[in-house]
Amino acid sequence: MELLPDIIIPIIKILFIAHLLIIGVMAMIWAERRVSGWMQDRLGPNRVGPQGLLQPIADGLKFMFKEDLIPNHVDKPLYVLAPAMLLVPALITVAVVPFGSSIELFGETINLQIADINIGILYVLAITSLGVYGVVLGAWASNNKYSLLGGLRSSAQMISYELTLGLGIIGVLMLTDSATGSALSLRTIAIEQGAYLWQWNFLIHFPAFLAFTTAMFAETNRLPFDLAEAEQELVAGYHTEYSSMKFAMFFMAEYMNMIVGSAVVVTLFLGGWHFFGLENVGGPVWSGLISFGIFFVKTAIFLFVFIWVRWTLPRFRYDQLMNFGWKFLLPIVLTSIVVTGTLWITTGSRLVVGIGNVVAAFIVVSIVAGLLVMNKAPEPAIPDNDRQITPSALDAIE
Amino acid sequence: MNPEQILFILFGAVSLIGAIAVISFRHPIYSALSLIVTFFAQAGLFVLLGAHFVAAVQVIVYAGAIMVLFLFVIMLLNLGTLSAKGAMSRKLKGFAVILGILLAIEGVYIAVNAINDPAVASAETATESVNTTTYNIGELLFNEYLLPFEVTSLILLAALIGVIVLVKRGNQEEN
Repeated sequence: MELLPDIIIPIIKILFIAHLLIIGVMAMIWAERRVSGWMQDRLGPNRVGPQGLLQPIADGLKFMFKEDLIPNHVDKPLYVLAPAMLLVPALITVAVVPFGSSIELFGETINLQIADINIGILYVLAITSLGVYGVVLGAWASNNKYSLLGGLRSSAQMISYELTLGLGIIGVLMLTDSATGSALSLRTIAIEQGAYLWQWNFLIHFPAFLAFTTAMFAETNRLPFDLAEAEQELVAGYHTEYSSMKFAMFFMAEYMNMIVGSAVVVTLFLGGWHFFGLENVGGPVWSGLISFGIFFVKTAIFLFVFIWVRWTLPRFRYDQLMNFGWKFLLPIVLTSIVVTGTLWITTGSRLVVGIGNVVAAFIVVSIVAGLLVMNKAPEPAIPDNDRQITPSALDAIE
Repeated sequence: MNPEQILFILFGAVSLIGAIAVISFRHPIYSALSLIVTFFAQAGLFVLLGAHFVAAVQVIVYAGAIMVLFLFVIMLLNLGTLSAKGAMSRKLKGFAVILGILLAIEGVYIAVNAINDPAVASAETATESVNTTTYNIGELLFNEYLLPFEVTSLILLAALIGVIVLVKRGNQEEN
């Protein structure tokens, strides 16, 4: 083991990315409030620092000085553990995301990625699936029925949408040539997509891209999928009983999940650090830095979409959420797998695969919509036991 | 001791402690969480063996999906702390002791055989296959073990359909 390449450089990379994530969370909190203000034709926070940029720091200080309350009726060990169990998975997923090509410094080629493991995408799925524990345990440990309802909703939602998340990637993996490395490595997937827009995966696998992105939104528990903390029904859902920094950790984990999720989507579907050959401009150092810049900008744009969707779409009703996940997203990704595989074997043309995917998705959606309209029962199609755990206000009216 | 040995001891110890905790805790939620810890430690052991794919699948399937369902059910039924008495009948205790002894004998038998097995010794030196475990598993599954693989998928499909039929029938009777 050499000191420089094996110890110092990885430590620098880890520190850099970890800090970038935390600063990113602060920037996102600011951006969310400013953008929502802009969308609703009001100002948003603009008093602390220029354009309100220091507002997240003020918020952070406020959280730290708040009383860290632990209610008497909670299950103490799990109550304390739960915020960390949400934050840690959010933080460690980023380890396999390639945030740029590579830099040559001191005679070493440094890949801009903390760890290029050969099952990268499976690692992302594995860690994402652990995020649910923080929510569920926080909800249960709070010993409060609103919290518990939020936790149950969240776990059912995450299990349902995880399927779409995992299956949506398979088409991409099938077309990734494993000649340059393991096809499951995020770096290989990013490299395999060429420099130009029409070579990126999101055009070839457009339905899968939409489904994957939607599932990503659901996994971050944000509007329109924030059933777990629906204020009008559940106070604040799983974090009702939390205050001070413990609440802040839940809050940070949500934004961190958004950032990491965006980075994963950019890597898988939006060409990674490629942008019309701009990433090859300059020497071995500059091209690496420019590729990092491209990746950064793409992720930022995608994060804007996150905020945009949140302030545009209203929340789903619970049965709508489940129907959407199981009856639309899942059939779309399953068809996408079959169509991608068949067309790729028979024609070998990415253009054909791309067109075939869109056509197949249209057909599947029309069939499912037709079936739903035909089988429309006089009563809402929710089983009774579902209704017991999700007493939404609308059911009560009916 | 090299780092791998230290990690092996660490993961092995965590896995054992987790397993003991599963049966020692009185509360089902804590037991389920200890089981998750055990699964993680085992995933770590798989990584040390170079089987990254198996490790990832272990976390995705067991820690990520099955245990979430366990927790879901425990929370939904709101199971309280199990009492010390009546948790296990005398018959079950005897059965458990017999099964435990059988398992212990099996473990010792495998361990003794593995020490003398030349294949184990050669596997320790073969480190270059690490990058291709996923490929190797795929090739084995779809060539040599194709029939068992397909049979397993059929069994799972049958179970899936069975669940749907049972749920549907229950609903109709209620209505």
